[in-house]
Amino acid sequence: MTRNTDARARHTGGRPRHVVVVGAGPAGLAAAAAALRAGARVTLLDASDRPGGQYHRMLPAAYEAEDNGRLHHGWDDFERLRTHVQSHPRAEWWPDSAVWALERPDDTTSAPHVHVLRGPADGTERYRSVLTPDALVLATGAHDRVLPFPGWQLPGVFTAGAAQALAKGERVVVGDEVVVAGSGPFLLPVAASLLEAGSDVLEVLEANPASTVLRGWSRRPWELAAQSGKAAELAEYTGLLARHRVPYRLGRAVIEARGDGRVEEVVTARLTADWTPVPGTERTVPVDALCVTHGFSPQLELPVAAGCALSEGFVQVDDAQRTTAPGVYAAGEITGIAGAPAARAEGLLAGWTAAGGDPSDRTVRDVVRRRDRGRAFAARLAAAHPIGTGWPGWLRPDTLICRCEETDYRTLRAAAEDPATGAPRAVKLGTRAGLGPCQARMCGPAVADLCARRAPDSAPAHDGLAPDRSVPERAVPGLASASHHRRPVAQPIRLGELAASPGRPPEEEGEHTDER
Amino acid sequence: MRVVVVGAGIVGAACARELARAGLAVTVLDRGGPAAGTTAHGEGNILVSDKGPGPELELAKLSRSLWPEILDGLPNAGGVEWDPKGGIVVATTPEGARELEKFAESQRAAGVTAEALDAASLAAAEPHLTREVTAAVHYPDDAQVQPSGAATALLSDALRHGADLRTGCELIGVRTHDGYPDGSRDGASGERGGASSVWSVSRADGNRLTGVRTSQGVIDADLVVNAAGPWSGEVAARLGAPIDVRPRRGEVLVTAPLPPTVFHKVYDADYVGAVGSGSQDLQASTVIESTGAGTILIGSSRRQVGFDDRIRPFVLAELARKALRLYPSLAGVQVMRAYGGFRPYVPDHLPVIGPDPRLPGLWHATGHEGAGIGLSVGTARLLRELVTGAVPSLDPEPFRAGRPAVLGADACEGAA
Repeated sequence: MTRNTDARARHTGGRPRHVVVVGAGPAGLAAAAAALRAGARVTLLDASDRPGGQYHRMLPAAYEAEDNGRLHHGWDDFERLRTHVQSHPRAEWWPDSAVWALERPDDTTSAPHVHVLRGPADGTERYRSVLTPDALVLATGAHDRVLPFPGWQLPGVFTAGAAQALAKGERVVVGDEVVVAGSGPFLLPVAASLLEAGSDVLEVLEANPASTVLRGWSRRPWELAAQSGKAAELAEYTGLLARHRVPYRLGRAVIEARGDGRVEEVVTARLTADWTPVPGTERTVPVDALCVTHGFSPQLELPVAAGCALSEGFVQVDDAQRTTAPGVYAAGEITGIAGAPAARAEGLLAGWTAAGGDPSDRTVRDVVRRRDRGRAFAARLAAAHPIGTGWPGWLRPDTLICRCEETDYRTLRAAAEDPATGAPRAVKLGTRAGLGPCQARMCGPAVADLCARRAPDSAPAHDGLAPDRSVPERAVPGLASASHHRRPVAQPIRLGELAASPGRPPEEEGEHTDER
Repeated sequence: MRVVVVGAGIVGAACARELARAGLAVTVLDRGGPAAGTTAHGEGNILVSDKGPGPELELAKLSRSLWPEILDGLPNAGGVEWDPKGGIVVATTPEGARELEKFAESQRAAGVTAEALDAASLAAAEPHLTREVTAAVHYPDDAQVQPSGAATALLSDALRHGADLRTGCELIGVRTHDGYPDGSRDGASGERGGASSVWSVSRADGNRLTGVRTSQGVIDADLVVNAAGPWSGEVAARLGAPIDVRPRRGEVLVTAPLPPTVFHKVYDADYVGAVGSGSQDLQASTVIESTGAGTILIGSSRRQVGFDDRIRPFVLAELARKALRLYPSLAGVQVMRAYGGFRPYVPDHLPVIGPDPRLPGLWHATGHEGAGIGLSVGTARLLRELVTGAVPSLDPEPFRAGRPAVLGADACEGAA
């Protein structure tokens, strides 16, 4: 078996295929392991100093896809995977390695060249490397998504992910009296972490009403059968909340944070099904911290740079995890938010096919099944926790939309509604929304949504965001897309680092190419 | 008179504004949105420093004198970020110094203010600049705008004066007195017009353009202004009167915001050579300046690669290397993003302004390469004067569309 797959993964010249995996979270690690299994040489890299990604911050196990189909050798067990990959003779692990650019080669059938900055981000010893793989697996994950609301820039307002990382990783409590609000299953483990760390969680607010959440989760109920085994874990969270007498309210949101210099109170309100605040339902709650999450945003700058087509806000992949870009595969949250087990299954399949493995091989039959369940799960999650179109109802003219550049709602609307200035790129350059240090990672989806609302006939798109009707999405040669995911410089790079030639440490001779 | 302006970049916006203010019924169309192409991918240069004596310098001087008075009359001029900060051109070699001094002298003779700076005044003007400078010339008339803001402000003024804007509207072909030269009847199909038939028709009958076919239907027009920048060659071809305007690629680096470090527009003297070069290979010469937001823009490269819009790391690296030669202390500064665009390039490096000799009713306002932001308002003024029969502010002859560099070898054959 191994001999056969090894043969598959080799070039005619006898050299094994070189697979580069970007991102060492659950998907990337699994991709590396499967590519090794299929006989490839693997370079696994991550901006962090150790593998693991943010998976511990992702979906609670209670909501994850059933995970009973296992590949042999326990590959899906994180620790064993990590050890396996890191000690494998055909694998190289590059920690502290940020991909700052992907460059599509002149030869349009080859995988992109991977431009890497190596060394701790805050250090002065970073140097450039360029990898020219036979196949590239992108597993870059997702980050917290938060919609703007009045006062969200105040100290004491945390993304739920940051609050949980502080509570679990650093044992730091974000506050004594905390409200957890937003949408999605991630609210529950965040509340649980805060309770365990000693905070008093006053209430947990899910913006979607019970009808939306129940309808979403019960869609195609035959698929839910696989979820029944996790009922206990869900009960554990709800039990924990009940023991601490923490109310979990559906159809309610924080519509404002107030305070002098830091958050002192929040205003909550009931929402209609489309998230429009209902006047007269406001309540003021004294707090010293607020944790907010509205789900996750996929990290799409590398897929976009590689030329991968997107579909409904995620990387479009086929049944073998191939993207539309030659030699590029994608796995994990960039193809749909579905949690770690689904990401692992996608990673295994992506690594396997990237290495030249046959996706219909019986070795990966279970993996395919788990991946399919993961996708069904992602669809249910999206249906149960959509972002309503009515959220701008809680904005005020002076609400900051882009925190980096302090662009407020009034400025953004004025630019977007003026026919002369309303095209996406002109809005961005004119208001500076999204041009600050975070490069629109935080505000990009909200800005795109708000700008698209100029047209009165805008209908909600897949994720509740109105489609941009102002300019047809059609490729014009030489006219760059105004997508907020376009970041040709994917990570900041110092001028001195950019000016230096790519490094060629002797032990990696042959890995590198000149830039041109 | 009904006018269709093709392209809502800065040149199209400036032309629409002048023609609308002259009382013409103007429709601006763009297949994208306003200021989405070349305009949004440059640095906002309004320069006299890089132009030697000649027609382009005269157009630059006219434009430079128009900018402040136009901005005074715009209600929303704040977004333009007009900054008459002046430029400083530096040479770093003895030969470079000789060339620069000679160039500056010729510019002075043409009426440009070009002040030689000694080491002490250079250090006072740009304290972080390298001391390895062999000559420096200060051009107080160089200025900067936020190009997208400038274009949309001009366009707003055009709309206020009655112009109509159609976005997402793509030009497909031409309508003449005799119908659609490409053979289509309703104007709804036939992307590929037969260029030969338009020639036979228009040459034989002196047939005039009466409208354009677009993705949103036929628009009546007595006059069409081709202001489609690097796409104006394609637009002209669709109208049946091809011109030789090609895309020339340029990239710019943007740093994270910094405390004030660069106070003027600072150029390496070899910038002048790169602008005038016709080479297809990478030309990179440093243009470095700060913006109102505190970021530093580092340009600029010039390559002829068609519409290949890949951002190439080797180009960015070359820009960084050259910038550090002038400002070594910026080595630790983070590059936050990079952008690239296409400039409309004409082989003889002169804009194309005026009527097309082959198709009555078709006018061009294009081919400004990297100088379109600055030259837009002078171009529009000249166009207005030519269209309305007023006395032109400068000699339009060098910019005429009928010159061989514009018509190109193929086009000349067709017109012969």
